[in-house]
Amino acid sequence: MQTVSDAPAILVRDLRKAYGSTEALQGIDFEVARGEVFGLLGPNGAGKTTTVEILEGYRERSGGIVSVLDMDPGQRPIQLRRRVGIVLQSSGMYRHLTVREAVEHWAALYPDPRDVDETVALAGLEDKADQRTRRLSGGQLRRLDFALALVGDPELVFLDEPTTGFDPAARRSAWETVRRLQALGKTVLLTTHYLDEAQALCDRVAIVKDGRVLAVGAPAQLGVGGTSRYRVSWRDGAGELVAQETDDPTALLHRLTSAALARGEALADLSVTRPSLEDVYLELTAEEAR
Amino acid sequence: MTGALGWPRRPRWAPETGPPGALLLTWRQYRLERRMFWRNPTAAFFNFLLPLLFLALFGAIFAGSQRDLDVIVPGIAGMSVMSTTFVALAMNVTFLREQGILKRLRGTPLPSGSYLGALALHAVTNTALQIGLVVLAGRLFFGVGWPEEPFALALFTAAGVACFAALGVALSHAIPNFDSAPAYVNAIFLPVVVLSGVFYDAETAPAFLRDIAQALPLTHLVDGLSAAMVSGSPLRDHLSDLVVIGLWAAGGAALAVRGWAWQARDE
Ligand SMILES: Nc1ncnc2c1ncn2[C@@H]1O[C@H](COP(=O)(O)OP(=O)(O)OP(=O)(O)O)[C@@H](O)[C@H]1O
Ligand SMILES: [Mg+2]
Repeated sequence: MQTVSDAPAILVRDLRKAYGSTEALQGIDFEVARGEVFGLLGPNGAGKTTTVEILEGYRERSGGIVSVLDMDPGQRPIQLRRRVGIVLQSSGMYRHLTVREAVEHWAALYPDPRDVDETVALAGLEDKADQRTRRLSGGQLRRLDFALALVGDPELVFLDEPTTGFDPAARRSAWETVRRLQALGKTVLLTTHYLDEAQALCDRVAIVKDGRVLAVGAPAQLGVGGTSRYRVSWRDGAGELVAQETDDPTALLHRLTSAALARGEALADLSVTRPSLEDVYLELTAEEAR
Repeated sequence: MTGALGWPRRPRWAPETGPPGALLLTWRQYRLERRMFWRNPTAAFFNFLLPLLFLALFGAIFAGSQRDLDVIVPGIAGMSVMSTTFVALAMNVTFLREQGILKRLRGTPLPSGSYLGALALHAVTNTALQIGLVVLAGRLFFGVGWPEEPFALALFTAAGVACFAALGVALSHAIPNFDSAPAYVNAIFLPVVVLSGVFYDAETAPAFLRDIAQALPLTHLVDGLSAAMVSGSPLRDHLSDLVVIGLWAAGGAALAVRGWAWQARDE
């Protein structure tokens, strides 16, 4: 029943949200294409959860336009809920059910669910399938969140800080899960504080701060042509490491190297680097905080 | 071989085509509630044993006085209705909301009506079991006969469930967090139980207490149950009791629906 459409899976235009006098979102814009893994990256209180929960239909927007799978999530149509899987930033679970019972119950809510045991295994809980959920660890409960969100075989998955609380191995396997979702053509919107996670998983990321989008783009491309530039560094005559940022590394290198040659010196440790996502992130978020 | 994330296979119980219907989902949720209920011994204890304990205690105190026993048995039946609906729902809904379980359900295709219907059916089942136990204990140990008017008994029980379930859900909206839930619930439950003549014949109370009691739904439920279980006085003499219970039910339902929230208030 998946409707094929060229329209983006998620469209957000000038999204605004006020909590009383706090303006948590001050005009957010982005689009997520079908089949894309899109990340919202930003510090605490940036507005990530607010944005995601508006798209999930949990919160009402104060202004702007949003469309999720061509529907208005504010109306919470059941057709939309059947096609979307949600991992909330935090949510409790019935304590007296076993993992398998919980996943089985959730599966029954959807028109075309995945196999229950397969989903339990996918979440890495096959050893805990018959254990009551109240006896799961924090990270295992988080895996259960994954299983419950995926058992309905959603075409769009929201993951709000999906790997917070995971040990490194669990994080890797969660990444693997997201990659498999991507390989199946599913659309994923995730939020994260981890730059490596965004870099590893996302086709594109939006850096959010104080309710605004500061930059959008592929993690590798972010910053190119934007505020960030190439970084050229070398050791000067005194052995000090110096660095200079430039939009035009060719010209700068030409100047540096010809000057050095003229002086008969070598430029030790000369390097040209493009800013990493982390540099861009820190630069953008620090700039705003000034 | 299917990989860990191959194409989904359809479980055996799933209908051949189309999404699961609301009735099927109500039934499944109801069965889940039943299963979880029995797995939580504390809840089961409070629901079933506490009223029976009261019955045993007061039965022992009043032993030998059939007049008093005839008062206490329907009284405890009325209290049971209130504890299996009002108390249980106020506590559970507060807990489910605070834990974020309601919010999680809200994000699935489970229709709200199916969920609330399942909660209601669950409460009805507990009440029916509890009334059955009280009737049985009354017959076996306290010399009270089988119910004189089974139809009236069912009718009053149903009205009581509707009324106190709605009021319990409505109260859950006023409870700020689960830690304070027992305080809120007992601050209402205990005085109401005492005022409404569960433990004594309300006619013998001082006038001002009687006036308060006349406004409370439990008083009228106990009256109705007493007629149905013991005296056998005809239903037409107790229509005013049904009206009072109905008014409280309507008020409670309005508050329950208006205040309903799937998430804790601070979200
Ligand atoms: N229910 C609410 N009532 C009032 N203010 C809120 C509410 N929810 C969020 N806020 C405020 O809105 C802003 C954005 O919060 P949000 O939870 O969306 O941030 P976030 O990016 O998800 O942060 P984190 O990384 O810590 O999860 C914050 O300043 C927060 O205090
Ligand atoms: Mg958040």
